[in-house]
Amino acid sequence: MLLLIAGTMSVLFVRNLFVATMLLGIVSFTMALIFISLDAVDVAFTEAAVGAGISTVLYIGTLALVGSQEKDQLKFAPGPMVICLAVGAVLYYATYEMPRFGEANNPVHTHVAPRYINDSPTEIGVPNMVTSVLASYRGYDTFGETTVIFAAGIGVLLILRQRRRRKNEDDETDVPLDKGKTGQSGSLSGLGSQHDLIPHVIAKLLIPFIFVFALYVQFHGDYGPGGGFQAGVIFAAGIILYALVFSLDYARSVVSEKAILFLISAGVLLYGGVGVVSMMLGGNFLDYNVLASDPVAGQHLGILLVELGVGITVTAAMLAIFYAFVGRADLIAAKAEQEEN
Amino acid sequence: MSFGFFNYWVFIILLMIGLYTVMSRSNLVKKMIGLSLFQISVFLFYISMGKVSGGTAPIVVDGPLDTAAPIYSNPLPHVLILTAIVVGIATTALGLSLVVRIRESFGTIDEEEILEMKDGA
Repeated sequence: MLLLIAGTMSVLFVRNLFVATMLLGIVSFTMALIFISLDAVDVAFTEAAVGAGISTVLYIGTLALVGSQEKDQLKFAPGPMVICLAVGAVLYYATYEMPRFGEANNPVHTHVAPRYINDSPTEIGVPNMVTSVLASYRGYDTFGETTVIFAAGIGVLLILRQRRRRKNEDDETDVPLDKGKTGQSGSLSGLGSQHDLIPHVIAKLLIPFIFVFALYVQFHGDYGPGGGFQAGVIFAAGIILYALVFSLDYARSVVSEKAILFLISAGVLLYGGVGVVSMMLGGNFLDYNVLASDPVAGQHLGILLVELGVGITVTAAMLAIFYAFVGRADLIAAKAEQEEN
Repeated sequence: MSFGFFNYWVFIILLMIGLYTVMSRSNLVKKMIGLSLFQISVFLFYISMGKVSGGTAPIVVDGPLDTAAPIYSNPLPHVLILTAIVVGIATTALGLSLVVRIRESFGTIDEEEILEMKDGA
């Protein structure tokens, strides 16, 4: 806990954005460990994969594009400080009204949670309650969240992949990136050099295991910690590793951008499709009981399909975001070269 | 008063640092980092609420050791935060991509410099 506070303080004061990003990764990872000690294994899993993994990659991708030094003077801002302290004081005061930490009869634990805990093993037949609540009881929420990820993936693509307009580009609108910060010629796709033998060999060994692990997390999510969200992120991480160590072109030849666009929507459609099918079979939207002859088997099938949909969308969205960032760097590099010639 | 609120206090401190980072730093990437810190602190708050002392992870165990039914932590906050993390990274990515675009059209990611540029133009 104290490590956490120290970490966040140094994130605040450090000047170099690259260092700040690394510290943010460390904070995320520490937080994941704390989640484990608080019994939230699924959440810890997600935090470690997303917070410490993918988000660090994204921040570094951004820093490669925008440069990593913050402006020099470190000034004290009295206004925000006063507001922060006020908010903190109010919250601190409010904690005295909070139920005590970890007691079993807190209001949080007496509302719907006992029903989930007591009935889900018999109703859903899935040992991992987090999965059963996620995919079945709160299926609508999860559907909405999958759609948010879908929308964000599409949004990033729209913002970053937009082709340059040809009309009057004056000096201010286009600043070529500083060379050296983004690798040899500002291009990120040339990252994988032929001479880096060790990363190549290690990555070749690791990537199959990453994929197998992702599939395990995907389909074993009913029984242990894991599920579509985590598996999607791990799968995407495997492909991103491939793209980083070899080159983006190779990765593109494995999973092309068109395929990503197709997959990103296929996942959402699969999720929605399960809902529609259950409706056609006479149940409510996303009511899996009717999917098979026996309600428990139906629930099982429904959760499996829905998690698969989530996994596909998350993988595709993360890859779309990554491709968009790297592709942007290429675009700028090509442009800078054109201007030189 | 005692150790019972410790997690909540850590949450408050993290939240304050995140909020201060967002408000006081003019660098846009730093602002996004502050926003992430803020998010993480809220995650900690929810998960702390879901914890039951002496409980275990909410995965059903059936073994011969059932002297008493095992106590499970509350699965509901876990579900909410699990999805919130993934949605959080998606929105962060969207924000960062906007930062990249801003840098391209203004040549800086410093908020104050952008404002000056607007005034000067």
